[in-house]
Amino acid sequence: MKLSALHQSYLNRRRSPLDSSADASSKSFLAVFWLVLHCLCCLISLLLGFRFSRLVFFFLVSTPSSTNLYSPPFRPDLPPPRTDLNPHNATAVEAKTSSSSSRVVVGRHGILIRPWPHPDPVEVMKAHRIIERVQREQKAVFGSGGKSSRAVIAVTPTYARTFQALHLNGVMHSLMLAPYDVVWIVVEAGGASNETASIIAKSGVRTIHVGFDQRMPNTWEDRGKVEVLMRLRALRVVKEEKLDGVVMFADDSNMHSMEFFDEIQNVKWFGAVSVGILAHSGNAEEMVMSMDKRREMEKEESSSLSSLPVQGPACNATDKLIGWHVFNTLPYAGKSAVYIDDVAAVLPQKLEWCGFVLNSRILWDEAESKPEWVKEFGLLNENEGVESPLSLLNDPSMVEPLGSCGRQVLLWWLRVEARADSKFPPGWVIDPPLEITVAAKRTPWPDVPPEPPTKKKDQMSLSQGNNVVVIPKQQQQQQQQRSSKVRKPKRRSKRNKHEAKPTDTTTQVSSSTKHHQERN
Amino acid sequence: MKLTSWVLIFLACNLAFSTISAFRLSRSQPTERISGSAGDVLDDNPVGRLKVFVYELPSKYNKKILQKDPRCLTHMFAAEIYMQRFLLSSPVRTLNPEEADWFYVPVYTTCDLTPNGLPLPFKSPRMMRSAIQLIASNWPYWNRTEGADHFFVVPHDFGACFHYQEEKAIGRGILPLLQRATLVQTFGQRNHVCLKEGSITVPPYAPPQKMQSHLIPGKTPRSIFVYFRGLFYDVGNDPEGGYYARGARAAVWENFKDNPLFDISTEHPTTYYEDMQRAIFCLCPLGWAPWSPRLVEAVIFGCIPVIIADDIVLPFADAIPWEDIGVFVDEKDVPYLDTILTSIPPEVILRKQRLLANPSMKQAMLFPQPAQPGDAFHQVLNGLARKLPHDRSVYLRPGEKLLNWTAGPVADLKPW
Repeated sequence: MKLSALHQSYLNRRRSPLDSSADASSKSFLAVFWLVLHCLCCLISLLLGFRFSRLVFFFLVSTPSSTNLYSPPFRPDLPPPRTDLNPHNATAVEAKTSSSSSRVVVGRHGILIRPWPHPDPVEVMKAHRIIERVQREQKAVFGSGGKSSRAVIAVTPTYARTFQALHLNGVMHSLMLAPYDVVWIVVEAGGASNETASIIAKSGVRTIHVGFDQRMPNTWEDRGKVEVLMRLRALRVVKEEKLDGVVMFADDSNMHSMEFFDEIQNVKWFGAVSVGILAHSGNAEEMVMSMDKRREMEKEESSSLSSLPVQGPACNATDKLIGWHVFNTLPYAGKSAVYIDDVAAVLPQKLEWCGFVLNSRILWDEAESKPEWVKEFGLLNENEGVESPLSLLNDPSMVEPLGSCGRQVLLWWLRVEARADSKFPPGWVIDPPLEITVAAKRTPWPDVPPEPPTKKKDQMSLSQGNNVVVIPKQQQQQQQQRSSKVRKPKRRSKRNKHEAKPTDTTTQVSSSTKHHQERN
Repeated sequence: MKLTSWVLIFLACNLAFSTISAFRLSRSQPTERISGSAGDVLDDNPVGRLKVFVYELPSKYNKKILQKDPRCLTHMFAAEIYMQRFLLSSPVRTLNPEEADWFYVPVYTTCDLTPNGLPLPFKSPRMMRSAIQLIASNWPYWNRTEGADHFFVVPHDFGACFHYQEEKAIGRGILPLLQRATLVQTFGQRNHVCLKEGSITVPPYAPPQKMQSHLIPGKTPRSIFVYFRGLFYDVGNDPEGGYYARGARAAVWENFKDNPLFDISTEHPTTYYEDMQRAIFCLCPLGWAPWSPRLVEAVIFGCIPVIIADDIVLPFADAIPWEDIGVFVDEKDVPYLDTILTSIPPEVILRKQRLLANPSMKQAMLFPQPAQPGDAFHQVLNGLARKLPHDRSVYLRPGEKLLNWTAGPVADLKPW
């Protein structure tokens, strides 16, 4: 009872004290007593220097016969935080009627703090996984405007060669990251090989590996033609298996952005995107020269030809398709690569296949709602020379420009290959020990300055730009290229029978050059 | 033949209109049907199932009070005012008291506000008594049942106990004259004096237009794990802590103030509603009373409510399966809140979000003006309809008196 009066006076500061219900007469003595106690406690607080709660005083004064296990009030400013207080206060008014027992008691409770109130990294990770799952669900529900997303059917013509692993891994990773169902049709020139199969098996997406009987020819022009035939072969697979989705052409050396996959979901029948053309040549001098030439040309003539390395749909002001941007190949005239291992710019076709996407239903037989401006795919005659996917259409003006009408470049076209006769370990696993090993040297700097290269081919490798590290070995003229071209080493070293140590910097340089080529 | 075709067209139009929900949500998210212990009743239409007679009290009980302080229309206790407005123009209203199943007494007991906007309940018992005396003397229906078929809206902290302090409220108990009436209140706690059996728990009032104007696109990713804005220590009234929220809010602060998953603070950001839509869990701990408008806000904004209030009775508990929708944490488990929340399986979380996305769920928490199908007004009427037909014991034999008109503190007996 005493404490209830205490609470009364203690808590009446909460709002304006208009409480008119005062049982004054019976409690006047008590009020005086508490006033005195209050003053006493104030003085004690002044002495002690911190706020001294009267409840503690009461607790100290009260007899130990009180059976309630009331623990002293928790002080947030005192150091040792309480761990497991018993939260209750039985001295306060009982909180319910006589019947059922409620767990809730009115009055002062302790503030529970666990022993180490800091974040647990395992739980933080779990929470992040939950957040990720929720966001994924949100994206699935709200992401593409509520429409269900269509599968992406990627068509990739490939063949086994040195750079296949590089290129195919790039495409594979892009497809694995795309947040849609993917069907990957890989057509391989020269028949389906284990090499390719082992690379694409790691993708985790549904793959269809088709062999194509022809071998890949040695010139870019012929290669383009064979690639077209391979793509048509893949489209025939789409038609036969009645795959449903958006067909895109993922050439194995191209690079796709993630927005590309989001954008092509919007295609209705036949769409075109802008492709960045990276006509890279191995020869920096040539590049410089071609740039100069291009600038000259621009000064001479009116720049009706775009000098942007972009290929794609051209729109007018009202976002209607009026034509095509093509890559300006004049600066490279006469200097483009003919053979696959030429050190010159590789030029694209007028309109590369990779810039087009189509609804797979165009290829199906029964034209449910196929528009009339689409040719029947089954009747296409490949021998007539299908150059670009526009040959699949009767009316090329019905193509939908994607990526804000071609203003966004969503993928890049690049052709980079090693020498046609370059060799690489099968599956990129170094199985028998390598022929050439070079001893690790303690300092990475050369003992002797490198001899000037004598041959024409070496000239190009010197001018390669960054990261030309010369192996500091007894007049070795091995030069390392990070570019596409591979050179046979001009070894003059003695053969050390050491193991190849790829971790050391010098030997890493040497081991990463293509010395260690073995016969396939 | 023609008549039947017209009737069919008319019915079809009716159906189309009744399914349009005026509280727009962004995009259709997959939702799940909500069915509570009373069944799938959120979409029930009470029209035709009950009749309510609204007493015409002198305006000193309602309109004049509102005129004195129009803030009552926007604070969280505004349900009593909007309930009267709704009933006055609702099809369930009848002007013939003989055929009425329920009687409504429109008295605004929570409209006496301090300068800060907090309602003072000190005169409310007297006001209520005075209103009841009025209807008992002017109409025979109160004495017929001693109020058992009357309902009152008492949205204050502790309902009809008419006090903001829990001990005082418990000490007073429910106003004796309301012993037999049905109370529509926001307060709900099991085994508590101030929760009468048979009361209908409603959500506190939250302004629908204001919340609607702060909606953000549904695809904004939810990146906050736990969100809370509010007091942890009520420094003005409980400086040491331990009384306010039974120490639960202070425990939340002390345990999780440096946890990056918990975005908790006492600020009042202008982006409060937007932030709730970017959060997965929203804490709804008790304050001085167990209920809070945070529950309504969490439901509207699709944030899973984490309810930290022992024995709380949530709004429309028989129509809404709160256990499936929210997360209940005992006050003694607050230090382990992070473990509890991170150990919920993601499928359960997604299911809760789908339930929250159900538009009928959000409608049931709101008091829109004008009233819309499925909103809180209708849920109250549904609840009243579920209590029909009245038990025979409701009607008293002539001369029988069950209420004690002189019970209660002496000060309450003074006329208002």
